[in-house]
Order: sequence, then structure tokens, then C-alpha cells
Amino acid sequence: MRSDVTQYELTAPTTLAAVLAQLAAEPGKHTPIAGGTELMVALGVGRLAAKSLLSINHLKELRFIRVDDDAIHIGAGTTFTDIRRNADIARDLPLLASSASWTGSVANQNRGTLGGNICNASPAADTPPALLAYGATVTLISTNGTRTVPYTEFHLGYKRTALRPDELLHTITVPRTFAGWKQHIRKVGTRNAQAISKTALACLAKLDGETIAEIRIGAASLADRPLRCTGIEAALTGLSIAKADLEATVRAGRAALAFEAKPIDDIRSTGRYRSIVAANLLEEFLRSLVL
Amino acid sequence: MPEPPSLIGASPLRKEGRAKVLGAARYIDDIELPGMWHGATVRSTIARGRIRSITFSDEIDWSEYAIVRPSDIPGENVIVHLIKDHPCLADGFVNHPEEPILLIAHPSKAALLRAKAAIRIEYDPLPGVFTIEESEAAVESGDAERIMWEPNEAAGSATFGSANCFRQYQLYSGEAKETEAGLAKAFEEAAFIVEGEYSTGAQEQLYIENNGVIAECFRDEHGNIESLCVQGSMQCPYYLVHALTVVFNLPEDKCRVIQVETGGAFGGKEDFPSVIGSHAALLAMKCGHPVKIVYDRAEDMAGTTKRHPSRTRHRTALSKDGMLLGAEIEVALDGGAYTTLSPTVLSRATLHAPGPYRWPFLRVRSKAMATNIPPHGAFRGFGAPQALFGIERHMDRVAKVVGLTPEELRRRNFLRTGDVTVTGQKLHEAFDMNAMLTRVLKEHGYHEKLARFAEENKTSPIKRGVGFAAFLHGAGFTGSGERRLNSEVVLRVDKATAGQPARVCVLVSSTEFGQGTNTILSQVAAHTLGIAYDDVYLAKIDTAVVPNSGPTVASRTAMIVGKLVERASLKLLETLRTYSALPETCDRDTFFAATERYFAEHETLRTSVRYEPQAPVFWDDQLYRGEAYPGFAWAIYVAEVAVDMNTYQATCTRFDALQEVGRVLHPVLAKGQIEGGVAQGIGYAIYERCEWKEGRMMNNQMTNYIMPTSADLPEIHVHFEEVPSVHGPGGAKGIGELPMDGPGPAILNAIENATGVSFHSIPLLPEDIFERFTSLGHLHGGSEDIDATVDRDTEVEAPEVTV
Amino acid sequence: MSTIQITINGTSQSLDVPPMKRLLDVLREDAHLTGTKEGCGEGECGACAVLMNGELVNSCLVPALHADGASVCTIEGVAPSAAAEGEPAHLHPIQQCFFENGGAQCGICTPGMILATHHLLDKYPNPTLEQIKEGLAGNLCRCTGYMRIFESVQKAAQALTTIST
Repeated sequence: MRSDVTQYELTAPTTLAAVLAQLAAEPGKHTPIAGGTELMVALGVGRLAAKSLLSINHLKELRFIRVDDDAIHIGAGTTFTDIRRNADIARDLPLLASSASWTGSVANQNRGTLGGNICNASPAADTPPALLAYGATVTLISTNGTRTVPYTEFHLGYKRTALRPDELLHTITVPRTFAGWKQHIRKVGTRNAQAISKTALACLAKLDGETIAEIRIGAASLADRPLRCTGIEAALTGLSIAKADLEATVRAGRAALAFEAKPIDDIRSTGRYRSIVAANLLEEFLRSLVL
Repeated sequence: MPEPPSLIGASPLRKEGRAKVLGAARYIDDIELPGMWHGATVRSTIARGRIRSITFSDEIDWSEYAIVRPSDIPGENVIVHLIKDHPCLADGFVNHPEEPILLIAHPSKAALLRAKAAIRIEYDPLPGVFTIEESEAAVESGDAERIMWEPNEAAGSATFGSANCFRQYQLYSGEAKETEAGLAKAFEEAAFIVEGEYSTGAQEQLYIENNGVIAECFRDEHGNIESLCVQGSMQCPYYLVHALTVVFNLPEDKCRVIQVETGGAFGGKEDFPSVIGSHAALLAMKCGHPVKIVYDRAEDMAGTTKRHPSRTRHRTALSKDGMLLGAEIEVALDGGAYTTLSPTVLSRATLHAPGPYRWPFLRVRSKAMATNIPPHGAFRGFGAPQALFGIERHMDRVAKVVGLTPEELRRRNFLRTGDVTVTGQKLHEAFDMNAMLTRVLKEHGYHEKLARFAEENKTSPIKRGVGFAAFLHGAGFTGSGERRLNSEVVLRVDKATAGQPARVCVLVSSTEFGQGTNTILSQVAAHTLGIAYDDVYLAKIDTAVVPNSGPTVASRTAMIVGKLVERASLKLLETLRTYSALPETCDRDTFFAATERYFAEHETLRTSVRYEPQAPVFWDDQLYRGEAYPGFAWAIYVAEVAVDMNTYQATCTRFDALQEVGRVLHPVLAKGQIEGGVAQGIGYAIYERCEWKEGRMMNNQMTNYIMPTSADLPEIHVHFEEVPSVHGPGGAKGIGELPMDGPGPAILNAIENATGVSFHSIPLLPEDIFERFTSLGHLHGGSEDIDATVDRDTEVEAPEVTV
Repeated sequence: MSTIQITINGTSQSLDVPPMKRLLDVLREDAHLTGTKEGCGEGECGACAVLMNGELVNSCLVPALHADGASVCTIEGVAPSAAAEGEPAHLHPIQQCFFENGGAQCGICTPGMILATHHLLDKYPNPTLEQIKEGLAGNLCRCTGYMRIFESVQKAAQALTTIST
């Protein structure tokens, strides 16, 4: 334990409104804490800069999964375990269910939240690739009201987000319009469980006969933030997966990925490895479309 | 009267198991003493240099703290292991990152955090050497700036070391000149000469309980230090006693050491407790309170010992039909910044380097090099896994060149009963590596898989393969080590009291840290005395009470200490027969009845025995020849792997471990030992890498030092052969370290079988496989076309086949 | 300082603690229950795992304030008569199976491992090997290679199913 806990404050206002009021009154002073699976690690190693924390862990207003005709709305305080146990998500958003299942361990899934995973804004985070591919939107709330932005516009840079100091992430909304799409997700981590991604790719494709009518790809650890790979999508849209064309399509996809990916060398892997393995995962997906 | 069921080979409940599953077992961090303070270590932030200044910030009231500097040390500023080159606290100069410079103590842990941040140390940095190669290069180029270690008479290293080299050995399979001549002839006449270089990385022990101790210092009425008491998590309490006698200049009986429940060790708590134990005792001396030091994970990983990295070079001469004619082997270890245990680790590496084969002529040259890395130390296997990785990878390479299967090459060259090893040791006790190989390959389904995978791999993106490694592991201390240790074991019979029937107490310094010491030694005593397992218990390990039965290392507890317990038990029976009319055939009732008769006339009943070799064991340290170990365990391990060509991740998908261990004392514990060792071996082979930067471990967290989880390991099938040995109780030999030896080479051999590409270094991570495939020009794998006469890895050409 | 009301192993108590103090330290230092161990301090090894309101959590990552009003079960509360003074007379079937099948070696991961097993068997009374591997993947053990632990869990599942039928 490398922090002196007596130097930290933590309060738990009873309602969401009270939390928002406090954030608005002293913008930037308080850091929200939900499941604590990131911030408590920072505390343990002596690197938690924020001295005043505001608990949102207990706010029932943030912990829900609501399904309507077009979308599934997930409260930011929903845990990975909640997501794994939800039948609607398992059916409609299998990529999100998979990514929740391999986030940390069971104990961490019981505490960690979807909102926390997004706001912590690690480029290696597990759920963003699926959410990016699904075209999620995020609803941000403050005392001034709410605003909804496409999730693709949320991550601005390394650990930088569109969240203002007085705002909280409230809801993640994911369209349920992927019936009939080919869906594929794969994480390459340091081991089979309790692992941080070296890279991960979430892929969705809609075929029109043997033509890729639409394709959406989200990636982890290929850039300074979770990445929606619009370049690869543009390169592949309209291409054919017919036997005679497949190799050219695969080449086009790999080339586009090599161009778009800007992975780094770090303690877990190398940029070269990440690039090529992500390309292999993309190729694996493209070839699977033929089957 | 029916014979009671044998306790040897039964699986009675682990002695301390109940306390462990209840969470009632008390480890060092669970213990508080009245008035106890907490200690912390201020460490170097650079790898090598002079300490220019140490500044204490004014913001802190330093009078609240105890601070220990080198000048406070009452005895020598040395942590003694084999020699005296390792300072207790760096005095003016640091030789590795995280080297202890100052110690501080305070009643509050949080106050230590503030104080550490308020101490500023400035250095004049000097260049360091961080690999075996850099250390060698400094010597070869005469770069005095980078000579970071010199032999020193005062330290006791003058006879054995040289610049940047702690120790070297030369092992010949016979008289030196004759062997050199034989080698020259062998290489001249060889049909094949095969060369190879193999390397292994550092490995963190990663016991789940970090290092920790609590020390007390007692003074007489004049304020003079009277005695010390240190309790903690450790393997070898008498090692710490020895260290304390030097640091405090006190006699042994004033330095009391108590081992408390220890949460894993694997060698990592063999030599290191001498450091942290001395530190806590110094703080206790300074502040007048008991002082606890418990490292956190990051400090433990960055600051304490690892397995020695190694490089092994082989040059082998073979006949046309694949018989080994001769070999030259060079082993180099990276010892880190101080000598610590490197000479003995190197010795075990040297003796295991030739593997389980017949060598008409052989020379091993070995050396332990100094680098500016925290000293490497003991870790399960102790040099053998490194050397055996070399020979067992090399044998697969040799097989390829010679045109034999790995199986056939080994079958032709295995040692057999009655053979003489390269050190001149005759293998009297029976073993049969060929029969073992047949058995384990069948258990694994090896031949069926070889054929099936070859077919499936043509189209599958997952390439599967099988491979194996054959090896031996010497149990007990090397050479004359056991004679020098002169270990002692005491048995004591406790009289019945009101609440407690009479029991037998085993007094040893052999510690329990998960392997089952308490249980197996109780089994041996109970079995030999003919009493029940519950009639026997082990005395708490307290050097004020227990004799020195030697350190708990080197696979020696079951075999060497177990034999001492067996002999002490026999001696106790003899005493009771002589003085208390114990009948020749006795049982539990007659035994305790006899003890009652004995107590009617005597106050106490105890027997003591000391080590005696059970067969002639002679070792010549100068010539490096003789009986290298009292006994060897023999093993063949088979691995099945899957290599994913999309991610370059190799996974071990099934493992079979067959070993001949003399006698299995406790099947459940023995299986657990083998499985746990295999798991560590799998980690060593394909998961666990220490990332170094200027001598500092950068991934000193469990989140980025990757040990296998339950989701990463295959089914591990454990098989035993039992040929009782005279050296151990009931015939048992040591098994503790053995399972660490096989997984590395077996898995890499399997990866070559799967991919057609041969790898020579562990750990082998996906990034390494990826880089190698890329360099071979086939991103998606494929097969490496091997030209038998060219080694594409070292670009060394084998001579033309001369027929 | 915050005052938290916490029920530990069935006993409700009120504790004055810094709100960001780790539940791990609250249990060990304030409640004097040292069966919960610290292995890594970063939620990676599971040695500090406890049940909080029936869910498995790593207590090193739970701030004390988050345990306010919660019911926590530690290793000391697993055996049936643990609430009474002194050593419990009977082990819980999970503890008994770890004891008999070599599931505990050095014992430092054992408390967390037993609570993770408890949580696993609540969810899956007859777990497959895959479910066991996944359920325990957050609990690192350096001694056993996990094989004896899998066997202990399978035996415990059988024992518990037998009791409940």
C-alpha cells in the first residue's frame, strides 16, 4: 500500500442529482468512483492524484439495462456481471457480452462497470471495440441537462475524453439492428484470463450476396485510444468475397489496417506484433464470411 | 496380529492443512507484537555509481524515526552467503538498482511513505553491464570502467573468481589431458559435429506471500545488545542465524530465528531472508521496538532474487549411427551484482549440463558472470533447469542433423544401470530410461499424435505438435555438501499429560512452505516407530529449540532429512528395547507402554542422529570428480502444444510427467509437487519474462509479469516409477526441484515439431515466434527447410558427412 | 473518518475508518480477521477475495465506504460454527475437500480460493471443468498448478449436492 488513505476523501451523496450538484459546484475537484477496479489500483501503487472522490457506486439510477424496439440502453453503473447475465445482450449484442466475459476476473466483473471501463479511457479496454463497432451513443448528464453524442466522438486522445468536469456518463445506448449481420470478436491478451489486451478486434459485416455491403470494426491497442477503424471500413465496403476476389479483398483489408493502425511498443507487446496480429484477426474474419 | 497399513505411500491429511483451510494459519503479516514499529528500505534508483549525497528534507520531524546507516552496523557490513562481498547496506557505492542504502522505521506505515519521499540521494553514475555478453565484453576489451566486480581476499573470493566472474568450473569426464586428447580424436573422427547455443531468462519465484520478518533486539542492563530474535517467512532459519552473527558480531546462540507459516518460497526465501532479516534486526536495535518489514509486491519483485539467466553452448561429435562420441559444453550464468549463491547454482548447472547420456569424452566449462542487476538467487532447480534446457533442446537438433528421431537418438545414448557418469560416479541403483520412455510416450499417445498432427497441420491455422525431454536430477547437496552440513535430527517423546496423550516430537530445522515437510517427516517417524500418524508432530521451527538439520533446499528434505528421521526412529526403538524391554515386534500400544516404563526411570527420552552417507559418497572439489549427488531421480516429460498462426501464441495442451523417484511417500502431496513444478515450468517456457531496463525489472507487478492462471494450464498427468533407493526413508528420493527441469525443453521441442521452426531461448513469447517467422519470410508459419549440414540459427556449418 | 456499519460473518459492527481505507485493511486491522491475505494489492491475484453481499470481490479494491451497510463473509465465516468462540468443530465441505485433496499447499491463496469456490458453486452447483477454470482464473496459485484445486472443487460440488438432496 503506497498511499496514505487518511489523505483521501470519499463521500457518497444519496442521489444522482446530489452528485451532479457537487460536480457542478466544484468542477474538477471531485473524481467519481464506481466499482473502484481502476482507481483503487492507482491508490495502491501510490498514483491516485485525485484526493477527493465521489462515490457513484450505490446509485441505482445508473445501474439498469433497458430494452426497447430499437436499442438496448445500459446504465453506466452496470457491472460486467450484470451484462454477462443479461439475456437480451447475449442475444442482440454478443460481441459486448463476450468482451464483458473476458474483462478481468469474476471478482473484478462483480465490481467493475461499463461506464468505468469507458471513462477510464484505456486504449486497451475490453468493451470499447464492441461498442464502437455497434455504433453506440453515449448520454452525458450534468446539472445543465443531458447531451447524447456518438461514442466515436467520445475518445479524444490518450486517456482524454469528451466528458466535461461537471458531467457524468449516464447511459450507453446500443442499436439492436444487427440481426443478420456477421459478428466476430477476438481478444489477444497476455494469457487466457486476467489479461490486458495486446490487441482486440470487434467486427460486424452485412453481406449483399457476395459483396460486403457494410462493415464496422472497433479495435483495442491499435492507437492512443479505442479505435473505430473507418479507414478499413471504407476500403472494404463494396468489395467482393467471391472466391475469385477473396485474396484481393483480404489484401485490401490488411493494407488498410496497416495504414490506419498506429500501435505502440510497451511492456506487453510490440507495435509490429500488434499491427500484424490485428491484420491476421481481420483476415480471419474476412475468410469466415465465406463460410 | 494383522500388520497395520503402511504409512509410507499413504496420503494422511496435511499436518497444518486444517489451519490453512480455516484461514487460521498465521503468516508473518498476521502477527503483531506490542509496541511494534514498521520498517522500510530506501533503495538506489540507479544501477551503478557513487553516492554523492544523502539529504533529509526539513519538512519531516526525523526525531520520530529510527534511521540505520552503514555506520550503525555493530559487526561487519556484509550479508554472508558463501563469501563476504554482499553489503548489508550500500556504503558510498551502489552496484545494482534497488540496492538498500538506508533503513527507516516508524510506528506508522503511512509515516514511512512520507519519509521515503523526503530523502533525496544524489549519485555520480558509472556505466554498468547488464547481460552476460556485456560483462564478458568488458573483460575481453579491458574496459576497466565496466569491470564491476573483482575478486577480493577479504571477501574470500580471491582463489576462485576473476574480473567480472564470481566463479568458474571445469568438469572433465576423465583425467584432464586424456580427455582433451580423446575429445580431439572424437571431433576428428566424427561423422557429424553439431553446434548450438541455448539461453534462458530470469524467472521470478512469485510466491503469493511476499518476503517479511519481525525482529526484536534485547539489551542487558548496561544497554549492550544481548540477543536478537527474528521471526519470519523463510526456508533456512540457520542461514539467517549465520547472517546475523556477522552483522551484529554476536555468537550463534544469541541470534534466535523462528520460522512462521510461510506462503510459498521456491528458493526465493532461501538466501533473501538473510537480507531482510538483518535489516529488520538493525532497525529493532536502533529504535528499541520490535520492527516488522513486509515488502509489497512491487518491492519484492524489483528488489529480491530471481532465477539466473543462462547461456549454454554445445559442440557435439557423433558417429555415423548417432552414438555420442564427445562434447564440449560451455555454461554461463548471469549472477547479478554480488556472489550470493551463484557458485553453487553454477555447480548444479555444470553437473546437469551433460544430461542423462553416456559420454565417452566430455568437457564442461562454466562460469558465473557479474552484472549490475539485483543478485540472482535460488529458485527451484537451482541451475539444473537452465543446463537441461540446453542439452535437451540440443539433442533434438542433433537428431535432426543425424537423421534419427529424437526418440531413437536418445535411446542409443541413455545412461544405464551400472554405467559411470562423467564425474566418475557409478550408477549402482537400478533405473531404465528406455523403459520409461516407452511407457510415457504410450501414456501420452505420442506416436499416434505425431502422425495425426502432421496430417492436420497441413490445413489447420492451429499447428499442433509433441515433444519430450529426458533428464535426471541430483537429490541432496552437491558433492561433499551433505558431509559438510553434518545435519542433525532429534526425536523426543513427550510424556502424557492431563489433556494430551504421549506423543513423539520431531525436531528439525526443515521448514514447511507448502511442499509437505511436516506431513512426510511425521509419516516417516510414525511408520518407522509403528505408531499412528497423529502420534507424531513437528516442533515449531525455532533455532533455540530445534537442531540444524540443514537448509530446506536442493530436494534434500524427503531423502536426506527423511532418512535421518528414519534412523533416529530406529535408534529410539533400540533405546526402548535396551532399557524398557520393548519387544522385537512392537505396535503402538507396546511402544507407548515401553516409553512409560522408560519415563519411570528417566526424566527425558530423546534420540539424536547426524548425517552419514548410506553408500560410499566421495567428492573431490579440486578435481571436480566423484559422487556428484547421493542419488538421482530420473524423468521423461512429454508436452503437446498448439501454436496459433494468427496470434503466434504457443499453448501447452497436454502434459505427461513420468519420474522415477525411489518411493512415493505421499501420493497426493507428490502429485501436487510435480503438477505445481510443471506449472512453473510452463510459465518459465512460454509466459514469464522479466523486462529489464538498465538492470531494473520494469514489469514488477502481477498484472504485467505473466504467470499462468487456471485458464492457461493443460491437464497435467503425473506418473511415477518406484525403485527404492538406500539413501532415503522407505527408499524415497527427492522430487521437489525435478518438475522444473522438463517443461522448458519438452515444450520447445514440441513447438519445433508443430511449426517446423526451431527455437533456442525461453521464455518464448508470441512476439518472439512472430519475429522469427517474419525473419524466415513466412508470416503464417510453414515449415523450415533444414539442410542437415547447415545450422541456420548459428550459421555454423557441420562438416561433410564422412563415410 | 467515516463511520461504517458492516456485518462481518454475521456480526454487525460499527467502525470508524478513513473512507478510502481498503476493505482488506479494515478486515485485517480493524476487525482483526487476518485470514484474508494480501498478495498483490491490485486485484490481480485474488488472495484477498471475500464475499460482499454474496458476490465475490477483491477486498484490496473496495474502499471502506463501499462496504457500509454490506454483509461480508471472510474465510473465518465459512465453517459452520465459526460465529461462536474458538475453533469451529466442523469444516465446511469446501474446506474439507481442499484439506483432503491437496487443494492447499502453502495456504496463502487458500482463503481467497475457497471463497471463489463458494461463489462458483452457488452459481453452478455442478460446474464443468471449464466453468471451474474460468471461475477461479482470478485466484493465482503458485504451488499446485491448480490440478489438486480442480479436484477439490469437483469433490466439494459432489459433497454439497449430496447434502442438499
